[in-house]
Amino acid sequence: MQLKAKKTNLKAMLTTASCALLGSTANVSAQETWQFDTAIMHYAEVDRVSATEAIIAGTKTFNNDEVLSLKLTIDALTGASPNGATTQPTPQTFTRPSGNGQYNVKAGDTPLDDTFHDTRVQLTGQWTQPLLKDYTVSVGGNFSKEYDYMSASLNGNVARDFNKKNTTLSAGMAYAYDVIEPEGGIPKPLSEMVVGDSNDPNFNDDFNKTRIGSDESKSTIDLLFGVTQVINRQMIVQLNYSYSTVSGYMTDPFKIISSVNNNGESQAYLYENRPDERTKHAFFGQTKYHFDSGILDASYRYMTDDWQIDSHTFDFRYLIPFTNGHFIEPHFRMYTQSAAEFYQPFIAQDEAKPNFVSADYRIGELDTYTVGLKYGMPLGDGNNLSFRLEYYHQTPKDNGTQAIGVLKEVELYEQVDAIIAQVTYSF
Amino acid sequence: MLIVNRYKVLVALSVVGMSGCSSLGVEPWERDLLAKKEMALTSAPIDASLDDHIYFSKEATSGGRSFGGGGCGCN
Repeated sequence: MQLKAKKTNLKAMLTTASCALLGSTANVSAQETWQFDTAIMHYAEVDRVSATEAIIAGTKTFNNDEVLSLKLTIDALTGASPNGATTQPTPQTFTRPSGNGQYNVKAGDTPLDDTFHDTRVQLTGQWTQPLLKDYTVSVGGNFSKEYDYMSASLNGNVARDFNKKNTTLSAGMAYAYDVIEPEGGIPKPLSEMVVGDSNDPNFNDDFNKTRIGSDESKSTIDLLFGVTQVINRQMIVQLNYSYSTVSGYMTDPFKIISSVNNNGESQAYLYENRPDERTKHAFFGQTKYHFDSGILDASYRYMTDDWQIDSHTFDFRYLIPFTNGHFIEPHFRMYTQSAAEFYQPFIAQDEAKPNFVSADYRIGELDTYTVGLKYGMPLGDGNNLSFRLEYYHQTPKDNGTQAIGVLKEVELYEQVDAIIAQVTYSF
Repeated sequence: MLIVNRYKVLVALSVVGMSGCSSLGVEPWERDLLAKKEMALTSAPIDASLDDHIYFSKEATSGGRSFGGGGCGCN
């Protein structure tokens, strides 16, 4: 009883807070109430990055079918991320991206930069309402800020229903503007990482010669066209085409590539460089089918871009309800991508430097899969609690590059294992 | 002439397409299953946004279901 009183208070408090934000009074009628979804998720890679993300999202549906959604996301990231350099049979030393000190990597280990820690706050708002007969319009915005990164975006979408609302066509557009301001500045593309005594009075001067500024930006335009079709009483299908063009700084300022001699031994580390234009096309298809025993959610996405990355994503979920209102939902996801044309695991020292190069395995040839299970239960009064546990596995591949000399003896494409654990509470 | 014929073919295809669509679907009183929350195309938006964030930062593809642009400097 006490618990219930507390829950009601929390909802009332959040409602008041939301109303205060919107400048209205907290006079909540029976039809016009807020629905809140809260979640906390922990993502942890073995020996690498871990992140904790908390979300509180509120949705208010007004009597005239207008819907307001607000969402606050906070996440914290810590741990180690591959810096792009190749594994070596000898220990390696790297300068931190900030220029403040160095870190060592043991012989035979994938070089990881362990300085990553960041906190991100993100605010999202979306307003959706019917317009004229058969039309729905939606506009929204997003703002996200972390220590060295800012992203802001706006979006608009219009949808029209046909054929007794069995067919819906939609078109949308979004614009995003991102600024990155890494500690230590923007590295000069393809310049050599200064590795030496960071207490040396000349070190800072040498380090600064590898910097070209303090910040960079990029802008993204997304177009999205979709058709949703009810097939029959049990089945609905959605098909989307999306076009995305990004212009600006897409290089990862924290990533380097090893320049190796004929025997595969590292001679220098160069800062990576990516093209400043990228155009992507994505085709997405999804169906939901209501079987007697449960609900199948199956989707497929094909993406192709002018960096020569092609990807296929398959996603399946099957929701199995129990008579007491509880449910379980197994999940399986499979993803495969080809390498960007400028991806290389290392550079041969005696060959001409390419204009664009990156050794970031995330734009190399890569297969991943996810298996997971969600368990949900109703708690009465329309409140719901669910738990999700998933295992994510990445298998980076060699894109046909032959390992040379000592690189044949080490693991160049280390696999990654991660666990995703999440609790969601809706009230 | 060729252009006119192409136009006719387009119109014919559109008509066939639209009538094809109109034979699909349900009457308003047959929406009992489709109206369930679990039958929404994005039935768990919180899960979807968390997943988008993870895969955006770990793979080279984003978006498709919805907009994929911008986001974070995540590693």
